[in-house]
Amino acid sequence: MRRPFSSLHTTGGPAMTATTDERVKSVSGFRRAMIRPELGAICGTILVFVFFVLIAGDTGMFAAQGVMNWTLVSAQFAIIAVGACLLMIAGEFDLSVGSMIGFAGTVIAIVSVQWGWPVWIAIVCAFAVALAIGALNGWLVIRTGLPSFIVTLAFLYILRGLTIWLSILTTRQTIIGGVGEAAQGDWLAWLFGGKIFGSLFVWLADANLIATYDRGARSGQPIIDGIPMLIVWAIGLMIFAHVLLTRTRFGNWIYAAGGDAQAARYVGVPVDRVKILMFMFTAFCATVFATCQVMEFGSAAADRGLLKEFEAIICVVIGGALLTGGYGSVVGAALGALIFGVVQQGLFFAGAESSLFRVFLGTILILAVIMNTFIRRMITGER
Amino acid sequence: MSLIEMRDIQKHFGAVIALGGVSFDVQAGECHCLLGDNGAGKSTFIKTMSGVHKPSAGTMLVEGKEVVFQSPRDAMEAGIATVYQDLAMIPLMSVTRNFWMGREPVRKFGPLKLIDFETANRVTMEEMRRMGINLREPEQAVGTLSGGERQTVAIARAVHFGAKVLILDEPTSALGVRQTSNVLATIDRVRKQGIGVVFITHNVRHAMAVGNRFTVLNRGKTLGTAARGEISAEDLQDLMAGGQEMAELEGSLGGTV
Repeated sequence: MRRPFSSLHTTGGPAMTATTDERVKSVSGFRRAMIRPELGAICGTILVFVFFVLIAGDTGMFAAQGVMNWTLVSAQFAIIAVGACLLMIAGEFDLSVGSMIGFAGTVIAIVSVQWGWPVWIAIVCAFAVALAIGALNGWLVIRTGLPSFIVTLAFLYILRGLTIWLSILTTRQTIIGGVGEAAQGDWLAWLFGGKIFGSLFVWLADANLIATYDRGARSGQPIIDGIPMLIVWAIGLMIFAHVLLTRTRFGNWIYAAGGDAQAARYVGVPVDRVKILMFMFTAFCATVFATCQVMEFGSAAADRGLLKEFEAIICVVIGGALLTGGYGSVVGAALGALIFGVVQQGLFFAGAESSLFRVFLGTILILAVIMNTFIRRMITGER
Repeated sequence: MSLIEMRDIQKHFGAVIALGGVSFDVQAGECHCLLGDNGAGKSTFIKTMSGVHKPSAGTMLVEGKEVVFQSPRDAMEAGIATVYQDLAMIPLMSVTRNFWMGREPVRKFGPLKLIDFETANRVTMEEMRRMGINLREPEQAVGTLSGGERQTVAIARAVHFGAKVLILDEPTSALGVRQTSNVLATIDRVRKQGIGVVFITHNVRHAMAVGNRFTVLNRGKTLGTAARGEISAEDLQDLMAGGQEMAELEGSLGGTV
């Protein structure tokens, strides 16, 4: 499905062409390369970039600092979109992603600041709790046979409520600070809050390729001092999920579980296990997001991650995935996240009214979905 | 020796007797048609054969040895493959991905075990060509295939994975004339490879076209098994419908139904 170029020459020898069905139109290589699930997102990305080069090209949006700005925002969307993407392809939703972000962040803050434990233990705790809740979500969906929409909607409220309650119970407020200080020198905290390739940017600044601060305490230092680990996580998760989905047996089972669970069961695919693991992966991605955010701000807040579940789903749908499962791509979801980030930050650079962001986003969503539906019908022969 | 033999199989669902003692067997290289009207118990019977249901009474023998299937997986491992009418394929996925679903060939790339798409695609194309279907590319979605071709992919898959007995659940009932003959030709090809085919249908003409033996089910009971040449299409039709009533109806319609 995803390798339009392969085996064209090895299998289409002269022996076959004589008996090829005369009603199957021969398809040009170009068309085959173009007609893919991500096509809608690719067009959307090009369109969005052209649009912002035109209206905000001179605002610094495409200078080094501006690029870093929207890349960072896009990477945030990408981290949660990757999880939502695999889960949606497996045929399920997780509406508790946003609440999970708030919850995991608060767990880190309480364990590290309130209990005074090392930050790395706090992070491990957050991941353990999140994975357990993800598994519980999946188990409930499988065992009750209820739509995941309902089950995870319940957890949207349960987790948000628990987050606020725990936070007030331990600190009498909904924001828990002091994580930044606690995380100083912590090896695992660096994996989420650190930056890499700092020396590369010093070199780039020395070569006058990127700007430097010209006054203040950091005068002479490059304005970008490294790639935040958040971006590294986003790229790492995208590569992992893409390879998992398109190149492994398990990936084939993800498609099968979402495409037709019963048909998959008949040929021995462990559908329940696949779905539960995907709920856990979504929770994992939400916790990566939460940890990066806590390390960036040095605090946790009970209202973090609001509406993130919908933003993740929007990225995935813009990327060409089918809401009912069985179809989609990680590359598409990543492009969806890029579109989302560029539009959000681009309108800010362009000085547009910030409320227009939602109008713009809704419009892109509709256009992308219409186009994706059209493309999907061409690929899968749906009528 | 029969590939599979079902002796006096009964299946009760609560107070309902779905199967009241059905005996049936399949030889290697034959196509044994199982005919019956809606509600005759065909589906229950093949689900028993393929391990979905456990029989309430009666014995099953595979190559002479008594077996009890706990799950469809057990039946598959014993070489009994079932192709269900609607659930054969996942239309959104490629032919290759469908063909290998659950049994994907993997190759090691360092620590990673990835699907060996080269092998998977090549074998898929070969197996499909043996069944008389030339795919444009193995990565086209199954949804772009016709209903008959989908059945054929499912049959090719079962054969490739070593099915000794192939159960086809109404493979022709939703198909047009041309596609039906393609599927019937596929059944003939499979039979010639020494596989025993169980062909479930309620269309007498389709059964007569490929069947070696015919068993008619009616109201959960076998009305007998006849070999090719021993029975006419009209008699089969009458047996399926329960005889008298159908004859009257046919008379009033002025021809064969």
